[in-house]
Amino acid sequence: MAWVRRPAPTNGEESENGVGQETRTNNIEIMSTEEILKQFPAEHNNMLGILHALQDNNPRNYLNSKDLKAAAAYLNTSLSHVYGVATYYSMFSVRPRGENIIRICNSPVCHVEGSVNIIDELKKELFIGLGETTEDGLFTIELTECLGQCHRAPVMMINENIYGNLSKEKILSILNKYKNNHSG
Amino acid sequence: MMELSDLVKLANNEWDDLLNGDDPVLLVGNATCGRSAGSGIVFRTLKNRINESGIKCKLHEVGCIGMCYLEPIVAVYTPGNPLLFFSGVHEKEAAELFESYVIKKEKAQGKVIGFLGEGDSDGHKHLGDITVMRPQERLVLNNCGLIDPTSLNHYIANKGYSGLNKSLGLEPQQVIDNIKASGLRGRGGAGFPTWRKWQFARDKDSDIKYLVCNADEGDPGAFMNRSLIEGDPHSLIEGMIIAAYAIGASTGYIYCRAEYPLALERLRLAIKQAEEEGLLGKNILESGFDFRLKVKEGAGAFVCGEETALIASIEGDRGMPRPRPPFPAVAGLWGKPTIINNVETLASVSRIFQNSPEWFSRFGTEKSKGTKTFALVGKVKNSGLIEVPLGTSMREIIFDIGGGVENDKQFKAVQTGGPSGGCLPAELIDLPVDYESLADAGTIMGSGGLVVMDENTCMVDVARYFLDFAHKESCGECAPCRLGTKQMLDILTDITEGRGSMEDLKLLEDLGKGIMKGSLCGLGQTAPNPVLTTLRYFRDEYIEHIRDKKCRAKVCKELIYYDIIAEKCTGCHLCFKVCPVSAISGDPKEIHVIDQELCIKCGMCLEKCPDKFNAIEVYAGSKNHG
Ligand SMILES: Cc1cc2nc3c(=O)[nH]c(=O)nc-3n(C[C@H](O)[C@H](O)[C@H](O)COP(=O)(O)O)c2cc1C
Ligand code: FES
Repeated sequence: MAWVRRPAPTNGEESENGVGQETRTNNIEIMSTEEILKQFPAEHNNMLGILHALQDNNPRNYLNSKDLKAAAAYLNTSLSHVYGVATYYSMFSVRPRGENIIRICNSPVCHVEGSVNIIDELKKELFIGLGETTEDGLFTIELTECLGQCHRAPVMMINENIYGNLSKEKILSILNKYKNNHSG
Repeated sequence: MMELSDLVKLANNEWDDLLNGDDPVLLVGNATCGRSAGSGIVFRTLKNRINESGIKCKLHEVGCIGMCYLEPIVAVYTPGNPLLFFSGVHEKEAAELFESYVIKKEKAQGKVIGFLGEGDSDGHKHLGDITVMRPQERLVLNNCGLIDPTSLNHYIANKGYSGLNKSLGLEPQQVIDNIKASGLRGRGGAGFPTWRKWQFARDKDSDIKYLVCNADEGDPGAFMNRSLIEGDPHSLIEGMIIAAYAIGASTGYIYCRAEYPLALERLRLAIKQAEEEGLLGKNILESGFDFRLKVKEGAGAFVCGEETALIASIEGDRGMPRPRPPFPAVAGLWGKPTIINNVETLASVSRIFQNSPEWFSRFGTEKSKGTKTFALVGKVKNSGLIEVPLGTSMREIIFDIGGGVENDKQFKAVQTGGPSGGCLPAELIDLPVDYESLADAGTIMGSGGLVVMDENTCMVDVARYFLDFAHKESCGECAPCRLGTKQMLDILTDITEGRGSMEDLKLLEDLGKGIMKGSLCGLGQTAPNPVLTTLRYFRDEYIEHIRDKKCRAKVCKELIYYDIIAEKCTGCHLCFKVCPVSAISGDPKEIHVIDQELCIKCGMCLEKCPDKFNAIEVYAGSKNHG
């Protein structure tokens, strides 16, 4: 893998575990922007790949202006073009976000199965609104469209880990895992 | 370099050894659906148990067998016995299963789904004979849940790459003719005959041509492509090489959405494996044909599933559609002829050549050949991934395979085709599911999401939600889609919040038709479908919302009310304490009353009222109107 992603915490005995545990390392290695760019041929069609890699490498999960400029220079295009791409796709952010990104599915199947309650619970639990980041910088809540896990609706994804059949109680224990993982 | 026959020999040995060998074998369903049910821990538990016990035992992860509601699923082979599938195998059950069934060789305990293969079935049913599986035909999903998706050998041992070998022995035109004979149509939505698309590109003179696989699966309610890639990635790659050979493409891209990290991982590994064995790259299987394959990761934009937007996204730009013509088959990626096919279409191509066009066209109807995978979700008992011959009735799918509606509620509707499709009412339950029948009913096959709805689903709310989806995902380029969907959404919101008027219905229809005619790409051209079909089949529900200010499914907050049943209220005072707007009055031990004017319908009183009293009810309509 060209870049490192955040794994699921492994503590907690509940067997609800996300994707990628076996394969991803536990430490986030921060690389320099140049090191990341070098992994891609300097072709315009590598734009999305580069932006993903830069964003994943940022502890605050976003594309800062330094990275955007570096990408533009590397791909021999204008900053405004790169910025245009970065702001078009919902997975990219040009503003700092939390260490863990919670994406709650808000598509029709999850809606019918009560995603609204889950969204409310998350907001209440973390004291933030949609698109906002907790004060300790641990979490950002975002809405997402269908995650392709509708058979376990309502569903959310934290970083790359899927959690389904959500209930208010479950939310608490999942969030705690991430909080403990941070302090531990 | 090895010939395919050498690879096959090796692979067959490995496979034979696996399922007829002397060592027990454990297969853990470890696709995303399994993982979200806890299969990751199950896998590690079994691994540890095997190491601790010191016995020789093979452990593999496999994809999803389709019965997602039974996950985590573990299949166990022990010498002399068939492969037994167990459901609900969590950490504890996994350890027990290993202890009793594998080590102590006791009779199978726990929930057995069925068996495959030979040996003493011990009274269990063959997997193909259980109710969920009987109506299904697994052509495309043949390997999913049975082979290890990280093992090229497992794929090869199951006819893998024999289709490629066969096609490379044919002329490209013959390959296209075979696909024509199979009757295969695109599985990504529109159902365009695959051979015709290929013929366009083949006939086009160009130094470079491209083949793209559309794995951007974004329809809410759909996950067939994800499962297929996670469970059997090589079947897609083989199909792509065959397609590329037929049209004369030298480079291919798989555009996969970033929301599918495991699928991406599986694809990257499979491509590497195929390259190492000379199945991809230069001079594939000594045929002289070269084909390079790359993976492109999306970044969360539904419209990128549209062909021209997808092309823009691969090129590294904002994924915005452009007018057609020119069609991508004429001028696509970097202006070169480009064919875009769906994951399932391409996997079907592999199967057609691994078997034969006639084998494929035996399934299905006159005009819709073969099988189709569907994601069966919503208020259905057995949710998961299924594959049935085209033409199978909705009743068979929902009631036989799906086991009917959850909690034995009343079946109300099924949504096909995601945000581009429509809602079919209970009256159409016997409709055969094929391209033509669905189109006649006002909806589309789409990519294969089937969302089942029950009496507690409000059709106006559902239509609004699908439209909201389209509105949010509209790229904003053309006005009819950008502004039209917003206008429709506002009207629908008004209706669900009790501000609708009867004229709105006509307005919605007119607007919808306008948007369909005037939009630039398929997103806008189909976005009004969920609204138009619900208007067609569930008009009385709209009218109830508008005229009676009543939501019969009790979903639309403004059109319901909460009330305390006097006979049941014991005056425990809990609801009084929890009401955030002090709308409840009553002294302890007295009957409590909700002030309808003050109530904000948050539902907290209902939640708080102890089950043994159950004194709070939700009613459709408003208290004064009844
Ligand atoms: C807004 C929009 C989204 C689409 N999303 C997908 C998708 O996720 N997957 C897909 O295969 N086709 C999707 N399509 C259809 C494709 O544009 C295209 O028709 C299809 O990939 C062709 O492949 P096929 O001929 O094999 O079906 C979408 C179309 C539109 C208009
Ligand atoms: S609708 Fe939420 S995962 Fe599909």
